[in-house]
Amino acid sequence: MNLNIFIQHFINALSLGSLYGLVAVGYTMVYGILRLINFAHGDIFMLGAYFVYFATIVYHFPWAVGVITAIILTTICGLLVDRIAYKPLREAPRISALISAIGVSFFIENFAVVVFTGMPRPVVQPPILMKPIEFSGGVRLIPLGILVPVVSFALVGVLLWLLYRTKPGLAMRAISFDIEATRMMGVSVNKIIALAFGLGSALAAVAGIMWALRYPRVEPFMGMTPGIKAFIAAVFGGIGSVPGAMIGGLILGFVEIMSVAFFPTLSGYKDAFAFLLLIMILLFRPTGLLGEKLEDKI
Amino acid sequence: MSMLKIDGLNVNYGAIHAVRDVSLEINRGEIVTLIGANGAGKSSVIRSIMGLTKSTAREMTYTSPRDNKPVNILGHPAEDHVKLGISLSPEGRRILPQLTVEENLRLGAYIRDDAKGIADDMEYVYGLFPRLKERHRQKGGTLSGGEQQMLAVGRALMSRPDLLMLDEPSLGLAPVLVDEVFGIIREINAQGRTILLVEQNAFAALKAAHRAYVLEVGAVSLSGTGVELLDNPKVRAAYLGG
Repeated sequence: MNLNIFIQHFINALSLGSLYGLVAVGYTMVYGILRLINFAHGDIFMLGAYFVYFATIVYHFPWAVGVITAIILTTICGLLVDRIAYKPLREAPRISALISAIGVSFFIENFAVVVFTGMPRPVVQPPILMKPIEFSGGVRLIPLGILVPVVSFALVGVLLWLLYRTKPGLAMRAISFDIEATRMMGVSVNKIIALAFGLGSALAAVAGIMWALRYPRVEPFMGMTPGIKAFIAAVFGGIGSVPGAMIGGLILGFVEIMSVAFFPTLSGYKDAFAFLLLIMILLFRPTGLLGEKLEDKI
Repeated sequence: MSMLKIDGLNVNYGAIHAVRDVSLEINRGEIVTLIGANGAGKSSVIRSIMGLTKSTAREMTYTSPRDNKPVNILGHPAEDHVKLGISLSPEGRRILPQLTVEENLRLGAYIRDDAKGIADDMEYVYGLFPRLKERHRQKGGTLSGGEQQMLAVGRALMSRPDLLMLDEPSLGLAPVLVDEVFGIIREINAQGRTILLVEQNAFAALKAAHRAYVLEVGAVSLSGTGVELLDNPKVRAAYLGG
């Protein structure tokens, strides 16, 4: 394998991994606060991709406008999911919300089949993102491959700033340890939970949009596999930890791309590697790479 | 001048009638203490006032010194109480273990937006509890029990409450620290804050308080000034070791 091809694979892994990371962050934020695995998160990602498809390809919005519209609409959907499917169950046993999450996921997927039809639709990539750039040494990269990790890292950076440098971020971190103690301080818990859903959905929308550009098509079940992989990434990184989710996503991206790059005969098993990773981490380090120990949560 | 007036408070947990028909009143500027054995319902009363526990009452009125308007606070969510000027240092301290000391204090000031005032109050809390200042970058969970108690009281002060409620501030503290904490409670009171103190340490609480209520199996059995109750033979026998 020459350097050129290795760099291609490296950028590819970085792209895929940062997309997993971006989705994983949404899982981890909601889990951190509500101890709920939001199974509908992968479908929110799918909605982001469809919204940008309709905005730009069907309604011919300029890309910038289409992307912003898609992010806003997806965020609204994420907030609605919380409001309709999870908020009424806040006081109920945790398993009820989990079942509700599975139901919402099926609902969104099948609703998408009804509304958008089950046929995959091709996404027209903006030529500016696809025109290869020549680097010295014969390395050629397309701008999209660089854009995806740059955007992902920038967004996670903004999120970390929000969490660690702003008041709502402080409240969000506090709620994940003790909801009642945080309420006593005057924090409206439901608003902060909605904020977590909103931020997670916005990030999933961005990931969905970039995914649709990378594999240029959209279909109603496109959120399933990336959703599960991102969930694995969140567990791997330590569920509840935002940097952990990003690191978990990157590791998963690298394992997937590099295993196929170095052992092309194993390419059929690439999804199995993700699950193998999940099983290993659950067996040997259930709190994940950066996860907190559970006894701190009492 | 009445600040908090409660008439006929009842709390039920399923079949358990934890608080029965409790009536009490707190006047502006007072330290009032609620003493009683473990399980007498003290925490339930304070949690009901804060809106953390479902309860019923004929009356639960809070009159803020800010506008002198009596407000019914029964059934209000806890997060609204802080804005009215009521704050609670809860039983078990409830420090957020992964946040630093400073972040815990900032959370206490969540409802405020005056950066200058918050900074001043943080200095004020550090003045009351110099040990917190030494440890301001440390995670709350790494503090000792006594330090966590100080942090819980300091955090409750950060919202600039008019009525400060303290649930068992001496629990688990070394005797030297108990005296220190009660000294600070009196100091906070002298600076113009009204205090409702729930305590198992009846002796220290009665010495510090202007008035006291004794709670027995969910009902008020005695009330009077702190000095009166300290001399009361029944109180002496039950709570002060004869």
